[in-house]
Amino acid sequence: MSVGIVLVSHSAKLAEGLAELAAQMAPDVTIVAAGGLSEGGIGTDYDEVVAATQRADSGAGVVLLYDLGSAQMTADLAVESLADPSAAVVVDAPLVEGAIAAAVAAQGGADRQAVAGAAASAGAPPDLTFDSGVQDGESSVELTLRNDVGLHARPAAVLVRSIAGLDAEVTVRLGEETADANSVLALMALGARQGDRIEVRAKGAQAEEALTKVKDLVDQNFGE
Amino acid sequence: MACTAETLAAALRAAAAVIAEHRTELIDLDRAIGDADHGENMDRGFTAIVSALDTATPETPAAVVKLAATTLISKVGGAAGPLYGTAFLRASVKLGDAAEVDGPLLVEALRAALEGVQARGKAVGGDATMVDALIPAVSAAEEASGDDIAAILTAAADAAEKGAESTVDLVPRKGRASYLGERAKGHLDPGARSTALLLRAFAEAAK
Repeated sequence: MSVGIVLVSHSAKLAEGLAELAAQMAPDVTIVAAGGLSEGGIGTDYDEVVAATQRADSGAGVVLLYDLGSAQMTADLAVESLADPSAAVVVDAPLVEGAIAAAVAAQGGADRQAVAGAAASAGAPPDLTFDSGVQDGESSVELTLRNDVGLHARPAAVLVRSIAGLDAEVTVRLGEETADANSVLALMALGARQGDRIEVRAKGAQAEEALTKVKDLVDQNFGE
Repeated sequence: MACTAETLAAALRAAAAVIAEHRTELIDLDRAIGDADHGENMDRGFTAIVSALDTATPETPAAVVKLAATTLISKVGGAAGPLYGTAFLRASVKLGDAAEVDGPLLVEALRAALEGVQARGKAVGGDATMVDALIPAVSAAEEASGDDIAAILTAAADAAEKGAESTVDLVPRKGRASYLGERAKGHLDPGARSTALLLRAFAEAAK
């Protein structure tokens, strides 16, 4: 049971296309597109947004994202009209990046607040830190990326999912920059490509397990 | 004079006629600064209200207003749907289970409608939106007070018309018009205009 996601857009194509993209990175999350008017055309349809929100809720709550202007109002109004308005939250986030970040967080089992937080923080520049070397208590492994697209969207999402739920703080370094391995957007911002050598560092009770999982993924070319 | 579910339904039918009559005017106002759909959308919403009233007979004033709210939310696109929908919905909640609406209750409902629109749209006075018609309208209604519904609504409509006119000199800060910045100056806001039209229609119906 994961948090559901509703994409409210003025365009049916935009909502559907984004749902398709996000679903590729979060196959078990219910992502419902609520775009366009019921009779076709550009606009937001209140009844459809309400129905989408109900459909997306498997009991863990729903996060709604929107594109422009009145889509936010329609989403807010739909949430207000629910039997339990606290089950859903409308989040102010860039639609595409927010949907991806929210979907991956939901796939990893994050709760509604954390999924909304992942979406909201997608608007900020990806959080990369300067490489400060391996710290005390950290284990690390160096890996060479052999898959075609490197740490692009889908592989990055697969990596985040593989370590979700483990008791370990994991980071990925490329060159002088280090990314939090829980953030799909930060991993993508590293820009690691085929042939690049990355270093994965982990600390915590399940650090070794996390490193093994990431190493296996890289060895298997992320299932590509 | 207090108004009942029947007189409220009649007022909504009158409002629908006024919106239909001004459909083209609202489209033209919106074309200058928006996407030219406000007249079309409002006409579709109020036509749907009339159809809904033809098939249902809500028993309380609150039920009539709530029916208008849900119809507007579903049928009117753009920002106007959720905004007018919220206005009618909040007014309906304020009317509660009263069998008749007297002056003081009407004023409270108007205040609730304004607060709903502001909460939903996050607009304040001077943003060149329907709020610029609603704020002075509610203030005028509060000053008129008393029990004469027609007098209260006439004062509100007069103030709403002046408020709507004031948007001509404003630079829009909300909605699609705000994308135009200074270029949107010199235009009457379509939402403020439709608010003034509705209040005038209600005032005439109450006479």
